[in-house]
Amino acid sequence: MKAAAAEGGGPCRADGDDSLYPIAVLIDELRNEDVQPPLESLATVEETVVRDKAVESLRKISQEHSPVDLEVHFEPLVKRLASGDWFTSRTSACGLFSVCYPRVSSTVKAEIRQHFRTLCSDDTPMVRRAAASKLGEFAKVLELDYIKSDIISLFTALASDEQDSVRLLAVEACVSIATLLPQEDLETLVMPTLRQAAEDKSWRVRYMVADKFSELQKAVGPEITKNDLVPAFQNLLKDCEAEVRAAAANKVKEFCENLPEDNREQIIMTHILPCVKELVSDTNQHVKSALASVIMGLSTILGKDNTIEHLLPLFLAQLKDECPEVRLNIISNLDCVNEVIGIRQLSQSLLPAIVELAEDAKWRVRLAIIEYMPLLAGQLGVEFFDEKLNTLCMAWLIDHVYAIREAATCNLMKLVEKFGAEWAQNTIVPKVLGMANDPNYLHRMTTLFCINALSEACGQDITTKQMLPVVLKMSNDQVANVRFNVAKSLQKIGPVLDSNALQAEVKPVLEKLATDTDMDVKYFAQEAISATRAVFALHAAAPSPPVLDANFEKQMEQQAVCFH
Amino acid sequence: MGEDTDATPTLNHRGFLPDHNYVTEADIISTVEFNHTGELLATGDKGGRVVIFQREPEGKTEPFSQGEYNVYSTFQSHEPEFDYLKNKTIKLWKVSERDKRPEGYNLKDEEGRIKDISTVTSLQVPVLMPMDLMVEVSPRRVFANAHTYHVNSISVNSDFETYMSADDLRINLWHLDITDRSFNIVDIKPTNMEDLTEVITAAEFHPHHCNLFVYSSSKGTLRLCDMREAALCDKHSKLFEEPEDPSARSFFSEIISSVSDVKFSHSGRYLLTRDYLTAKVWDLNMESKPLETYQVHDYLRSKLCSLYENDCIFDKFECAWNGSDSVIMTGAYNNFFRMFDRNTKRDVTLEASRESSKPRAVLKPRRVCAAGGKRRKDDISVDSLDFTKKILHTAWHPTENIIAIAATNNLYIFQDKLNSELH
Repeated sequence: MKAAAAEGGGPCRADGDDSLYPIAVLIDELRNEDVQPPLESLATVEETVVRDKAVESLRKISQEHSPVDLEVHFEPLVKRLASGDWFTSRTSACGLFSVCYPRVSSTVKAEIRQHFRTLCSDDTPMVRRAAASKLGEFAKVLELDYIKSDIISLFTALASDEQDSVRLLAVEACVSIATLLPQEDLETLVMPTLRQAAEDKSWRVRYMVADKFSELQKAVGPEITKNDLVPAFQNLLKDCEAEVRAAAANKVKEFCENLPEDNREQIIMTHILPCVKELVSDTNQHVKSALASVIMGLSTILGKDNTIEHLLPLFLAQLKDECPEVRLNIISNLDCVNEVIGIRQLSQSLLPAIVELAEDAKWRVRLAIIEYMPLLAGQLGVEFFDEKLNTLCMAWLIDHVYAIREAATCNLMKLVEKFGAEWAQNTIVPKVLGMANDPNYLHRMTTLFCINALSEACGQDITTKQMLPVVLKMSNDQVANVRFNVAKSLQKIGPVLDSNALQAEVKPVLEKLATDTDMDVKYFAQEAISATRAVFALHAAAPSPPVLDANFEKQMEQQAVCFH
Repeated sequence: MGEDTDATPTLNHRGFLPDHNYVTEADIISTVEFNHTGELLATGDKGGRVVIFQREPEGKTEPFSQGEYNVYSTFQSHEPEFDYLKNKTIKLWKVSERDKRPEGYNLKDEEGRIKDISTVTSLQVPVLMPMDLMVEVSPRRVFANAHTYHVNSISVNSDFETYMSADDLRINLWHLDITDRSFNIVDIKPTNMEDLTEVITAAEFHPHHCNLFVYSSSKGTLRLCDMREAALCDKHSKLFEEPEDPSARSFFSEIISSVSDVKFSHSGRYLLTRDYLTAKVWDLNMESKPLETYQVHDYLRSKLCSLYENDCIFDKFECAWNGSDSVIMTGAYNNFFRMFDRNTKRDVTLEASRESSKPRAVLKPRRVCAAGGKRRKDDISVDSLDFTKKILHTAWHPTENIIAIAATNNLYIFQDKLNSELH
């Protein structure tokens, strides 16, 4: 072993990699067998996160073993853990069966199967939970015959365990097991257990079924889906517990999408849609909200006519829901509908909904709608936007919550990117610049922040001719905060301006600000001056895009020194 | 169970202090509990300190010693708060023993000072050397900020994964590994606080069924809830309530009907509740009335007015089952505690105090006689009861006839003098 500890510095250096070097050397030099014993002890400790990591490492190591070494070194370790006195070692053992099974001899395989069987009926719920959660993974590496003979009975037992927490983990295993068995065996071996789970007395187990529904659907195939899963799904949508209904509602679109094409529409219209209609007026807001996030997706599946006749009323109802999250979820999924029937159908109801959300008392709701604004603007088109939404976007700029003003500024930038500089010049730039005369200094600062955000998108012309004069004028503002933000703005928009403007107009103002009475104004002015000097040098070097040369780099170095 | 019980020496946390009548608030024991094997006994006091006692293995000293409890570990769990309303954090502590110590560090010398690196010329792997047993306690989890009101109960689920905590108006379900979130499973807070008429007084999980729990209220009702039915268990599965006896009605009826403690029997078939004057055993299958009612100190019924004035009427007594669910126990005033044998219907009153408990002496049964009643020698009259000496917290060993009694700042441990192997 190298005496790596003797390398430089003090013994307790906190800086990263060097202090790990000796350990890295150790790990490289150690063989897998050397590392296993400490990992085995770590796999038995009380602290769950430590155990989990140890098991993860052991799993990795098992891949490095040759089949002989697996039998000689690894499987005995697993056996020891599986027969341990403390539940901690037995739970860890559960995570190791599947990684050593594939490459060992058949006698050892039989042992492993036996151990797993024992742990599935362990006294403590913790071990049974661990076994149940690894059941699917273990089944994947078993031979088909053993899946049928061993796994199915274990699965059925765990799915009827007295502890709710064990039964709900069996539901997850159900998906893996169903995928591994041939179709003809599913009806006898898996379906009875699944049906039982879908009607379990504990809502948590039913919730798991709802949560895994799409995977189950794929695993059991179209026939069983038609006969069993459709009625089961209906029941889940009508479940007495709201958490279950919400989980099922979340899966409506995916479930419908994956129905076999030949009778998809008929199944949806007859069986699913009536339940969905009920959910729109559910008493629980989380259920409605979950539905709202997926319901729009049904329009692509059902087509134009069905959408207009059956879905549109539901969308409109949810647009008017009292819960803001429901309305937001509808609005955020408009693109699906746009594809099928065009947004115009909705726009009449859409606008009041947007306005109401935009003025909601809770600022986080207002924030969410701002975030959708660029998307909506794109879908609704520039005329609609100018007519109806422009005033809203401006109003957000003077919201009393800073987060809203900030988001509104960012929103404007995205709109300019979408609609172009000319549009910006005509519609929003005048209004933004108009705020520079607002009596409230926060609004005057917002003008500067907007200019910061918009200058690049608007381009040199607009920035120099319209924005710059306003910024320069504000350098005489009586509030220091405004003045130092002027300095910062000048620094920000500097690269967009042409060199004449920089030299003739920006430089003098910055130099004036550098002699301001306020400390912060002086500081930011200095910063801006240093920065613009570099930019200026950039412009002066060549009329065409600048080439980085040694000189320039030296200058940048000097500026960097200045900054600190 | 005999009526005669051995008294083992008193265990007082502050044993090294001289006797004094003045007891600080911080020293008052607020809870006592055995672990599931009975090997360990823990007490907590109002100062936030926890003391854990461990039973000596039998046969270690004289045959009489029969496994005494000695201090195993002491630690400060919570900082004492002036304002009870702030006492809302739950902590999970791990108690571990260390009997080995690593020696032969490369970078530290024997005294723990950092070595000069240039003197290290080779590496050695530290070895573990035996050392005197040290008990360490470390906080493993801190569950905070889920309760607006004082937490009155904590109960671990039989799934060993979750536990619940209850305050006046809410019960929360926690996962032992997740400290920053909990689920609210019962919420009895009315929209308008002026409509508040009932609060939660105690809660406990069923010993075997992971989905059942019970909570008691200040109106004397018990509600059994099934967590499988719904995420929010506001609707009970069973409501246990004894119809009020109209002849016994008084201004104090509601106050004394408030259930101060509820405990499932070990079998899971029965519930034991304690209200101010009685202890009741309920059958889980019968909601209309209790199976058995035991009068703890009915002689106080005529004294309720003065007990209201000195606030004693609000004292919260706990209750306990013995390991076979055949005997129940609860505390009373004057350092008395009572045991009721459910089979023989016999009961006994015993006293936990220094004067009456000499080590190894058998406790004498006590009697309280009502004012003006026929008085025997050694009886105490109701009017001479000391109401400041209350036994609120008691615990019974899970399998043997060993009980722990908390009397203000003293802890008493009593054992049945009959050979415990007979039980």
